[in-house]
Amino acid sequence: MSGRGGDVGNGQSDDDHELRVTKIRNGTVIDHVSGGLALTVLGVLGIDGSAGEVVSVGMNVPSDRLGRKDVLKIEKRELTQNEVDVLSLIAPEATINIVREYEVAGKHRVDRPEEVSGVLSCPNPDCITAGNEPVASTFDVLDEGVRCVYCETILGTDQADLIDHVDIG
Amino acid sequence: MGRHLLGAKQLSRADVERVLDHAAALDPGSSTDRRSGALLGLCFFEPSTRTRLSFEAAVKRLGGDAIDMGAIEASSVTKGETLADTVRVLGGYADALVLRHPSQGAARMASEFVSVPLINAGDGAGQHPTQTLLDLYTIRENVGLDGLNIGITGDLKYGRTVHSLSLALTNFDVSQYLISPESLRLPRSVRYDLDEAGASVTEHTDLESVLPDLDVLYVTRIQRERFPDEAEYRTVAGEYRIDAATLEDASDDLIVMHPLPRVDEIASDVDETSHAKYFEQASNGVTVRMALLDLALGGDGIFAEDDARSLAEWDDEDKRDERERNGGNQGDEREEER
Ligand SMILES: [Zn+2]
Repeated sequence: MSGRGGDVGNGQSDDDHELRVTKIRNGTVIDHVSGGLALTVLGVLGIDGSAGEVVSVGMNVPSDRLGRKDVLKIEKRELTQNEVDVLSLIAPEATINIVREYEVAGKHRVDRPEEVSGVLSCPNPDCITAGNEPVASTFDVLDEGVRCVYCETILGTDQADLIDHVDIG
Repeated sequence: MGRHLLGAKQLSRADVERVLDHAAALDPGSSTDRRSGALLGLCFFEPSTRTRLSFEAAVKRLGGDAIDMGAIEASSVTKGETLADTVRVLGGYADALVLRHPSQGAARMASEFVSVPLINAGDGAGQHPTQTLLDLYTIRENVGLDGLNIGITGDLKYGRTVHSLSLALTNFDVSQYLISPESLRLPRSVRYDLDEAGASVTEHTDLESVLPDLDVLYVTRIQRERFPDEAEYRTVAGEYRIDAATLEDASDDLIVMHPLPRVDEIASDVDETSHAKYFEQASNGVTVRMALLDLALGGDGIFAEDDARSLAEWDDEDKRDERERNGGNQGDEREEER
């Protein structure tokens, strides 16, 4: 970004000068993930390297804003809206940089949506969405946690609990 | 909203008063032909003869008729048909539907697939709003609905009548005393809503200490299957059993209510006291459901649409529309419904 010819490091902000990893040509940089959460984010996105894509992970990189942050660079992969929604719940501070031909083509904070649909399963075994009804499980996003719009069960005031129920269809 | 009755949270004070005033204007036991020709679809996926008959009596006393899909349901369900498909079809046969289902959220989901008014008659451990309306009617007839201390005891965790009643009471000047064993306290989702509504609620494990302060005691059954063993169940349930001797410490004007059927949580010696209102409460069921059905079948929806909470429901519908546009999977014919 600033003063580095625009493309160096694909959207690293000024405070991550200590991070030197391969820049990517096309793909996504997920920045400002809370320190230590990178592997969880990869897990939730279903990225394990088995598809041969280049994935670089920086963990506990010093950051002015977060103290320590994680950075993920994923070659040849852009996030779907569902994936962005999940990211907004588990890593609300994250920023997403879309990289095309080494340039940052788009950079945005993840917005905490009012509602997420089709990205979490309801933890209540008696919920109508637990059967084979033709509806996507849908949750209202609360200040803390999320709530099934059907059975009204509240989930994810504990983050581990939320991560356990991520189900990106 | 206007159209459906899914849970007590959607009920504003004006909504409640609209139904209760309408019920009060009906002569109990009378019949009219106001809704002559109207057909009510009864969809009970769980046995509840009493509630089903109460709805059937109500629609017949309005001059309409009921079709009971119970038998059809049983066969469709064993063939694995979804609830969504079932109500979509049945919604085409009737002018309004009443749904009882063992899964929480069933009514909310079903309402997305029908164009006729849908009334939740109990969804698992969720809500039972028509019971709440008749509970409120009974309370209002006896002691009014403001300036009250109301105790609710028994199984607050799984009791859908309790969830609905407690939420509806937040519309009124009522202090709620929730009395239950630790393991059967209100679920988090209901506490959340009570908190959001700014309700005046205190929790207790001991009935005796709060009994003298109460104007209303609402008793629900503690079920055996909530406990790991028989002995523990007997010990705990015994602490919340009411008999005439228990009520000696209560105010003379205390009314005791119960959604029925009871087992032994209210001893039969209470029946003869002036406190006992549960049979009156049960008989109010038909009157209140008549009022509700009259509004539901009247074509303007159950509740006034200029109501604040109704407007919030419209927002929900907008959100839902958006979901569908964003790849929801609910089929094309949904468009025709509005
Ligand atoms: Zn649910």
